[in-house]
This record gives sequence, structure tokens and C-alpha cells, in this order.
Amino acid sequence: MTGRRAVVATFVASLAGVAVLSAQQVTWERIQHPEKEPNNWLSYSQNLFNQRFSPLTQITPANAKNLELQWVWQSKSLEKFEATALVVDGVLYTLQGPPAQGVYEVVALDAASGRPFWTLEYKPVLEARPCCGRVSRGLAILGDMLYMGTIDAHLVAIDAKTGKILWDHTVEKVGEKAIEKYAITHAPVVIKDKIIVGIAGGDLGVRGFICAFDAKTGKELWRTYTIPAKGEPGNETWSGDSWKTGGAGVWNSGAYDAETNLVYFGTGNPAPDWDGRERLGDNLYSDSVLALDADTGKLKWHYQFTPHDEVDYDSTQVPVLADIQWQGKTRKVMLWANRNGLAYVLDRSTGEFLIGKPYVKVTWMDGFDPKGRPIRIPGQVPTPEGSLIRPHVLGATNWAPPSFSPRTGLFYVAGWENSGTIAVEGKFPGAAGIPNGTPMGQATLTPNFKKEDEGFGFVRALDPHGLTRKWEYKMNDITWAGVMTTASDVLFGGGKEGYFVALDARNGDLLWKIALGGQINSGPMTYSVNGKQYVTVAAGSSLFAFALR
Amino acid sequence: MRVHKVWFLALGLVLSTTGAALVAQHNTAQDIDDGGRVFRNTCANCHGPDGNEVAGIDLGRGVFRRAKTDQDLVQIIRNGVPGTAMPASEMPVAQAEQVVAYLRSVAATKRSVTAAGDVDRGKDLFHGKGSCTTCHRVDGVGARLGPDLSDIGRLRRSAELETSLVDPGKEILYTNRTYKVVTKDGATVTGRLLNLDSFNVLMLDSKEQLRSFEKANLRDYGFVDVSPMPSYKEKLNAQELADVVSFLVSLKGKVTP
Repeated sequence: MTGRRAVVATFVASLAGVAVLSAQQVTWERIQHPEKEPNNWLSYSQNLFNQRFSPLTQITPANAKNLELQWVWQSKSLEKFEATALVVDGVLYTLQGPPAQGVYEVVALDAASGRPFWTLEYKPVLEARPCCGRVSRGLAILGDMLYMGTIDAHLVAIDAKTGKILWDHTVEKVGEKAIEKYAITHAPVVIKDKIIVGIAGGDLGVRGFICAFDAKTGKELWRTYTIPAKGEPGNETWSGDSWKTGGAGVWNSGAYDAETNLVYFGTGNPAPDWDGRERLGDNLYSDSVLALDADTGKLKWHYQFTPHDEVDYDSTQVPVLADIQWQGKTRKVMLWANRNGLAYVLDRSTGEFLIGKPYVKVTWMDGFDPKGRPIRIPGQVPTPEGSLIRPHVLGATNWAPPSFSPRTGLFYVAGWENSGTIAVEGKFPGAAGIPNGTPMGQATLTPNFKKEDEGFGFVRALDPHGLTRKWEYKMNDITWAGVMTTASDVLFGGGKEGYFVALDARNGDLLWKIALGGQINSGPMTYSVNGKQYVTVAAGSSLFAFALR
Repeated sequence: MRVHKVWFLALGLVLSTTGAALVAQHNTAQDIDDGGRVFRNTCANCHGPDGNEVAGIDLGRGVFRRAKTDQDLVQIIRNGVPGTAMPASEMPVAQAEQVVAYLRSVAATKRSVTAAGDVDRGKDLFHGKGSCTTCHRVDGVGARLGPDLSDIGRLRRSAELETSLVDPGKEILYTNRTYKVVTKDGATVTGRLLNLDSFNVLMLDSKEQLRSFEKANLRDYGFVDVSPMPSYKEKLNAQELADVVSFLVSLKGKVTP
């Protein structure tokens, strides 16, 4: 046998014993218990409770000042980079949304060096036209398959080892009409052997829904609309046929509680956004949290944060679940800082309203009735003359993921203070540039930024008991960046100004900062490779990784 | 005499260079490669990788319904054939000429004699006697170390597939090269190279792990300059080879749900 043949024979012989399954397989068991492998980040918000809390402790309040850049991955797309990466055993997976007529970039990077193992380019159909950005907030992983939702409402399964597309399922066909602009912009949610996604497009009149797919084949298993059809309970909260184009899209990841087998998703605003005159009623289940049976999609309970919304108070924030001491005993709760300016604690098993309270200045409501329904302040709705409403259309927060630290017991929210005038005009005219019109209402929006008491962003730490503010880190500009905490009481966050910051999660003290030269529109995450803790965040069109020097 | 020899050699070089230049005005190897890429991405969707999947037409053998000259072919590629399924395209003339160059090149090469194999028997051989899934993957079944073959029938002609089976080292795509590293503690890792730069080696190793190595931590590293795939020239008889090729040609990619 020659030397060359020996090499081949040795390699082929080694292949013969290869098991098709490999050590990097991400099982449902692993996803349920990320606390057992703090080096990894296996789902959008680290755990299925969406606490965005890492057990890693190498970076501390004392040494955070020694953080330095390790590597950068630059995307070709200049869209807002909103994705949170996943890390599995030293491999980092992320994606960036496509520019107009361009492609998604999905990459597997060496988490220590930032060098790519593979890159997948995926082109959505040209008819895709999401209302508010050609973005993606992340991937999901199960087994050795990655899952991507796309702005043309496809759910795509990708081989995590090779970047090859395994199946590509059209959840709903995108068409020319505004109400056919179905889209998926959030990281899919893995529950057992299912992949669950929600459909965005509510601002264009798409009737939202949440659906589950077989993780192996992509076969649709159940679908639950966020607006009840004629004859179903709740449909009576829509006048006429307005429910058919009522919106209530779903565009952020959900949470899961294995004990009750409930999956929770927030829903978007009703359509038309700023004009409720032709959709009289509460408009269920817009601006709500829905608790669905994960196996069947059946609605178990709901809570509506903003009945008959006319300001665009999407309730698509990431639900955060926690077990906390409540009036002397452990209570399984859901924490929610809403775009409408109110923070809530709900019983996550029953949906019972426990407490709600403004975490910014709020002028549209004053208190709750005994069942937790907000009591509106008369006149605080869009009018032809214009109404000054606080918070304004941008809300007090948006999609950026919050964090809960079981160590500090605090709920951390990135948001901003703002007000603005909304003047609703005439009938529904159809937005310019969208073929066949849109039911989006027309309004004149006048944000009142940059006063002493508004127009600034913040990270606020709320104590769930009483929803009192424990501390605030104030930014000059607003923020679209999520927050993340660690078991060493470090909080990472950022903002539109492009500063990435480390704060002391106990008191909000600034520990470290760096200017990244582009807006931070993503949620930070952390992982470790070979004993070294890294923190990543996307800014501009690039992903940055930091570690201690 | 010696002077004459040098003179004739120099003349030969001039003539051959001139000849190459003349040919280059029409098509170069790069043109043919580019034309093949365009053909596989565009034309093969209907005509098939061998160009023989539309009745009465066998592009790979120069059998056309209407075209007689290269110019005719360029016109048809660009304008389509009204009243038939052949659509017009926006392909630039230069690109259409590359496709024609590719088709002429294919017609000039020896065609596979194994195209008449049996797909089902080939599938059995692929998964059984051939042990092809030890390295290759089809529709999610098999290993990832060699190229995924789920849609190889759209990408490669039967003649090319046959060549890969009997002489796998003859042509190895850039993306399928094998690399070997030896770590400082003496461990050898071999796999399909995914990325190579000044400081790092990234590969899918023989255990299907994505692995990254810093060159500074390696004792040795380099390409394995022969294909890890064994030749099937002696392992399969002619009919079996034909069967496997037919099975591979039938792989057009999985239909999505």
C-alpha cells in the first residue's frame, strides 16, 4: 500500500465508523435545561422562560472594565440587525435580514474566532413587503436542524452542520395585496417536537395567527388565529367585517411553561392602527397575551392589555416567566413591560391579573377595574384636531427583549419616555406604494422628542412586587436594544446611539462602555468556549464579540 | 541543426499561441465553465443536466429541432420559441454564447454509456453494496462528509457522475477538499475543509463535528491531495455502475411540503 492510498484508506476507514448522529445534537431535553450547560445559548432568550439570564460568571462588576473586542462578523445587508445569536458547543449561528431584492445571510461561525464554517444565502420572493423592516430576530435549533422564519412567510429548516436547506415550507403565500403580506420576523420557538411561529403583517391588515409545525417534516399541525372568526367567542368585539382585516399580528418569540404545557405569545395592534371608527369594540385578541395548549393550539386563557387600541400599542413584547415570592408563597407569574407604558404581573397558569402599573409617564389610562381592565381617560384617543398622548406611537418599549435575574429578583426593561400628537384624518385612504390599498388608517403623527422629561431611553429595573423602580440607567437617545443579565450581576444593554454598556445589575452603575459605530437593535447574549466567556451584540450591520483581556 | 531545432520550436510556440488566441476570441475554458454554470442554473431546469429531457432535443449531442448554427442557438436562448414552452430570456449575448460554447464542448466529449441503468437497483446499490451513505447524504439520510447528493441530478451530467464513481480524484470541487491537521499533542483530525485563512482552519471532521483550529496550535496541517472516495471501477460491474448513475441522475432535490 502506498503512502497516498494509506491516507485515503485510513480516512475512509474512519468514516465507516461514523455515527450519523453527532455530539452537537440539540435535544429537547437540552433546550429545557440550559442551566446545565451555561457555555451555550440554545434559544432566543436563553431559556424558555425568556429570562435572558446566563449562569456564566467570569465577567463580573469588578472586571467588566477589562472587556475588549475579540472579533467582528460583518453582514452585507444594511437592514436593522435584530437577531440574537445561538451558540452550541463552540459554534455560533445567526442571521441577518435581506435588503430589498437581496438575500438573508445565515451563518455558522466559530464562536471563538468569528470565522465562518458556512454561509447560506436565501432569497425571499420579491412580493415580500413587511410593514416595518426586513428583519429577523433569530434562529431556533432542534437536533441538528436550524429553523428560520422569513419575511415571505416561509419556515425553512437548515442543516446546522452544512447550511443546506432541508425543507422550505410556505406557511402562507404572499401576494400583491396588502392583506396578503404575511411575514415571519421572530425567532421560531421549539416545543418538544414542534416548531411554533407567529405571522406578522397586522399593520397591513393581515389577520394574525400562530401555528405549529412538525420539526422533522415541516407539516403544519395546528393553527390558531389571533382574531376569532364569525361565530367564535370574541368575534363580537369587532364591528361588521372588520375582524377579517383586523391585524393582531405576531412578531416576537413566545415563552413556554412545561408544567402547564402552555405556550404564550403576545399579539400586535388591531388594524387600522390609529383609527378605530370602523372596528368598534374591544377587538379581541389584539394587544393581548394568549396562552395556548402547545399540543393543540387551543386557547386556554387571554389577557388584553389595551382594549380597542388606537395608538399602535403592540403587545408583542417577549413574555417573561418567573417563579417569585408573592404574598408569602411561591407564585408562577408572567412579567410584562408593555408598549402601552404599563408593567404587569399575571398569574401565568390562569391569566389572573395580579398587578399593573405605569413604568413611564402614561396619560391614556388611570388605574384598573377589579378584573384588570385599564380605565381610560376620556379624550386620550386620536381625533381630527389631534391629541397629545403619552406614550406615543413608538410606545414605552417595543420588541427588544427584557431580562429577569433570579439573583436580584429584578425585572429589567429597556424603553423610553415619549409623547406625541396623533391626528386622525378622513376615511381610510390606502397607503401609498402598496398595491390594492391597505386598511392602515391615516394619521398625522407628531412625536415630541427632546424635552427635559422625555425623548430619552433607559434601562429600568423593576421590582415585581409593586412594580416599583429600583434604579434607572438613562441614555441620551432612545433604545431598541434588549438587555441580558448574568449570574455575576452584570447587565448588558445598549441603544440607538451605538454604545454597548455593562451595568451593575444590582444598582445600575455603569461598569464599561464602548461605541460600536452603529445602532444597537439586538439583544445581547453570552456564551463560553474553552473556559472563556464571550458577550455578543449586533450593532449597525455587524456582530461584535467581547471577552476579558 | 541545433539552430534549426530552436527555430522550429520557437515557430511552433508562436503558432500554437496564435492558434490559442484565435480560439480564445470564440470561447475559452473559462467561457465553457461559465456557460456550464448558467446551463445548470437555467436551462437544466427543463432540459435536464444532460440536455435530453425535452422530446426531440438532445442538447448534449448537438441534436436540435430548429437551430443549425451557433448564432441560431443564441437567438433561441434569448428570444425563446413562440408557441412552445421555451421562453425568452434576458440573457446577454455574451452569456448565451458561453452556454452554446458549453453545449458544443459537451457534445464533443465522450458520452456515458451507462445512462440506461435502473433507478431502483441503483438506489439499492447506493444504500447497500456501495455503502455510499457512509459519506454522502440524500434527503437527510446518510453522512455529511462528502457532497450532499440530494439534487445532484440537477447539477451533474451522467458522464460526470460516472467519472466521479470510477475516478473520484479526477475532479474535486473546491468546496469538497479534504484537509488534515495534527495538533501539538499529536492528535490527527481529518475532514472536509470549510474555511482556511492565515490563522485558522475550519472543517467538518470525520465525526461530523464543526471544528476550528488555530494554526499556531498545530504541529502540521495541509490538504489531503487525493480523494477520500474509493474508486468503484472494480467494486461495481458495468451494469451496477449504470444503475447507480441512473439513481444519481434521478435525484432532483426534495419536494418541499
